[in-house]
Amino acid sequence: MYRVGVTVGQILVFLLFFAIWEGIVDFFHIKPVILPPPSRIAEVMWEQRALLLTNTWPTFVAISLGFIYAVVTGFVIAVGIAYSRIVRELTYPFLVTAQILPKIAFAPLFLIWFGFGLTPKIVIAALIAFFPVVINTAKGLSSVDSELLQYMDSLGASGWEKFTKISLPWAMPYFFAALKISITLAIVGAVVGEFVAAGEGLGYIINASNISLDTELMFAAIVAMSLLGIVLFLVIVAAERLFVNGVEENGGVQATM
Amino acid sequence: MSKAPHISIKGLSVSFKSRTGTVNALNNISLDIAPGSFFTIVGPSGCGKTTLLKVLSGVLQPSGGEVLFDGVAIDKNKVQGQVGYVFQRSLLLPWRNALDNVMLTMEVARRDMSRADREREARHWLKIAGLEGFEKRFPHELSGGMQQRVSICRALAFRPKVLLMDEPFAALDEITRETLQEELLRLWMQTETTVVFITHSIPEALLLSEQIAVMSARPGRVLERIEVPFPRPREEATRELPEFGAMAGHVRGLLRHREPVAATAQ
Repeated sequence: MYRVGVTVGQILVFLLFFAIWEGIVDFFHIKPVILPPPSRIAEVMWEQRALLLTNTWPTFVAISLGFIYAVVTGFVIAVGIAYSRIVRELTYPFLVTAQILPKIAFAPLFLIWFGFGLTPKIVIAALIAFFPVVINTAKGLSSVDSELLQYMDSLGASGWEKFTKISLPWAMPYFFAALKISITLAIVGAVVGEFVAAGEGLGYIINASNISLDTELMFAAIVAMSLLGIVLFLVIVAAERLFVNGVEENGGVQATM
Repeated sequence: MSKAPHISIKGLSVSFKSRTGTVNALNNISLDIAPGSFFTIVGPSGCGKTTLLKVLSGVLQPSGGEVLFDGVAIDKNKVQGQVGYVFQRSLLLPWRNALDNVMLTMEVARRDMSRADREREARHWLKIAGLEGFEKRFPHELSGGMQQRVSICRALAFRPKVLLMDEPFAALDEITRETLQEELLRLWMQTETTVVFITHSIPEALLLSEQIAVMSARPGRVLERIEVPFPRPREEATRELPEFGAMAGHVRGLLRHREPVAATAQ
């Protein structure tokens, strides 16, 4: 009963937010070019549904590919860091430093390097989504209880068995915490890529409508973008539910960004 | 079922290099443990009991002396997969339910078993440990005592020749501890496994074991070996016997007298 009440309350907070927004725009007669009301944004989204949908696809492709590249390379390097002292000591300071850099600032440069279109978007998305995966996964793999590994040794387990039966599942909560951060970063990366180096995609629509002062369309594209982000995030959460068992109350999950 | 070996430990010494110099964890230990017996080592904290178990499980190499199983010196590769281990912490895998946790040892040490056999065996052990109906529960859904029972089932399920237990009940409350002690005896009687048990609880040592070795503080040496004569099955009433109290007093005296001596020697 309490849970249901909380869920209703949570939905009400969203509704209240949009209601206040609508009320403020109405009360102060704010021009749509400054801030359109939510009702008008919904209308524009419906009117422009074809445009929004066709431009969602390239953005989705850029996010997904950038994210997949980031996760695969990030995971492989994390395994290297966790299992090889020399790899760890050589690369870790570089990775931590590189993580702090404002990678978005390189976006205009990627336009010069990779031209116009899909490639720069993927590169930016992958670049900023990569670091949380490496750092979190490496942390997860190296935080495995050493007594547990000794236990496996006493049973005569091979290195591969220790990895698949202990280290990998141990690191999964860390890995998924990283994926949730990375997917949101990949979205940011793809949109920034579309701001500077694309002729299609939701980021391009946002940028183009901004230039033409079509604020209503701009908001419609932002909402479409947000919905895409929420869907992708929920996909990760669903995968986490599927792969991570019985660990929710175990704690130990820390996200770094 | 594999036959339990006669374990002989001869002149065993272990020392570690630390920042402050060399630490002698064990000093010239010699022990004989009969096949299928329940052998307990009692001693103060830091007397190298855990180090001794690590040598027996093949995880740690001794710096001197040797350990023989049936007259054959053990080495890492030979002993691995023959020795079960139970720690003070249950060390269960939080992402596996009770049944899958018990199956872990068989997956690694008994590759010849089929999945169905492993599952049947795991269910069997959980049942005799009183955990029927809890097979699908995850560790965080079980009490401390139940977790430790799962851990014991996991160690026994692959039918090790030797079961090493490192203060397995130390973290549990008194009542749970006494229940589990009696349950462990029941489980052990169904096997031919030799148990090497470590504790700093004197009543626990007396209740469980056939023989006790009393150890001194670091560097660990064997002060005395004691045969425990009480008949089995040992239960609640055993704790109340006058001989039980007398023997406990004797062991306590040994530990009391030796500790300050070792402390000043450091």
